[in-house]
Amino acid sequence: MSNKTLRIQGVTRSFGAMLALQPIDLTVAPGEFVAILGPSGCGKSTLLRIVAGLDRPSGGTVALDAAPVTGPGPERGMVFQSYTLFPWLTVEQNIRFGLREAGRPEAEQREIAARFIARTGLKGFENHWPKQLSGGMQQRCALARALANDPEMLLLDEPFGALDHQTRELMQELLLEIWEADRKTVLFVTHDIDEAVFLASRVLVISARPGRIKAEVPVPLPYPRDWTVKTSPEFAALKARLMADIREEVRRSAVA
Amino acid sequence: MTPLAPVSRAARLLLGVGFFVVFVGAWAAITYGGMVPPLFLASPGKTLVAGWSLFTEFNFLGDIAITVFRVLGGFVIAAAIAVPVGLAMGAFKSIEAFLEPFVSFARYLPASAFIPLLILWAGVDEAQKLAVIFIGSVFQIIIMVAMIASATRRDLVEAASTLGARAWGVVFRVIIPSAAPQVAETLRLVLGWAWTYVIVAELIGAQSGIGHVIMDSQRLLDTGQMIFGIVMIGLIGLVTDVLVKLLNRRLFPWAVL
Repeated sequence: MSNKTLRIQGVTRSFGAMLALQPIDLTVAPGEFVAILGPSGCGKSTLLRIVAGLDRPSGGTVALDAAPVTGPGPERGMVFQSYTLFPWLTVEQNIRFGLREAGRPEAEQREIAARFIARTGLKGFENHWPKQLSGGMQQRCALARALANDPEMLLLDEPFGALDHQTRELMQELLLEIWEADRKTVLFVTHDIDEAVFLASRVLVISARPGRIKAEVPVPLPYPRDWTVKTSPEFAALKARLMADIREEVRRSAVA
Repeated sequence: MTPLAPVSRAARLLLGVGFFVVFVGAWAAITYGGMVPPLFLASPGKTLVAGWSLFTEFNFLGDIAITVFRVLGGFVIAAAIAVPVGLAMGAFKSIEAFLEPFVSFARYLPASAFIPLLILWAGVDEAQKLAVIFIGSVFQIIIMVAMIASATRRDLVEAASTLGARAWGVVFRVIIPSAAPQVAETLRLVLGWAWTYVIVAELIGAQSGIGHVIMDSQRLLDTGQMIFGIVMIGLIGLVTDVLVKLLNRRLFPWAVL
């Protein structure tokens, strides 16, 4: 369970003369699941990378409780859209990577890795090379690798974006199951409305570039959720509302 | 023939051996057919006889051994210095900015052009031969290793840093392992070039080695011995190449799946 609050205050980002993000203010409470939804190129990934410490804001501050974010760190675990398992390490060694960097004893590393291998359904694949895994399994392993560090929050940058539709739905259910059990704060970037509504407790709609928070939509569907909520009228209503918001932004970014 | 379509193992082997057969066949045809005088080009049979006498009468094995020693000696010293320097340049842009212009300049200096100077400095013994190989290899390895390390996937470096890796963790547990298989391939390539430098070094001011034997044979106008010497270099090159390839495959199973 997370217990730190993420505070983003007046964060902007420009690349040269191009403004990517207008001032963003956002507070994420411990254990929240926030989806950041927007058309491609709107700066949503930039915002996530700033929270991760992989990119610096041009203005404003990011802090986790009192501690300002100045660079990447293991308390903010990240899963990328591209497959970022280390190809020279096996599944089990990949999951142990962060624990090893932290200098944890080897027995403990193995014990923690085994737990997350089991939770992400990778039993039997411990000694496989990443190349031998399907895309879905690689992302499960990447999720296990981020979780093994026991981070305060998880930053997910379209982690299922490269997967086929069926695999993606299974991955969403797996993520939800883990979140419902652990209640770690999640920031989830996506351009998929269904994904955002199904997973998140709150959806932020980002406008076309330069990005700003255009709308903030709470998702009152109760947890635990399973796939059947996707057919409920509440789900459909939320989806319709978000679709209207997003379509407008996509059109604006298409003509821009 | 479909573009890029693979061929079977057997077909690959057959085709590969096939060209050797064609090559030796053409060689035999022009020599036995009397199209070139034997003074300029010995026939395959004559070359084999000359090779036999090199081994039995002139201790050619000793010359081979000394040449192999020179190549490996100079190459190992060059690699031991060049690989760490190249990795440091690839990993740290300030080191790259410091060394890259000089290395780019130095790698175009032909190793053979240093031979007269090196003879002046180091005489004609082993130090001079090793120095030629060293100069010929070290800058090439540095620049190629630096390029490989520079091309480390940024997303892997970022993933490592979000997992808590700091600067040295990124260098030792991302940049180096990710570069390793390509660095090994680079060493294989440069080892092949080192063979060309050693022969040049042995053509000038040497009392032993395969290059020296070829030079001596020229004085005796023995084209059979000369050709046998050249073929021997090719064979040794081919064998080391295959061995290093197998070694690389064993060392980096994750890269070849």
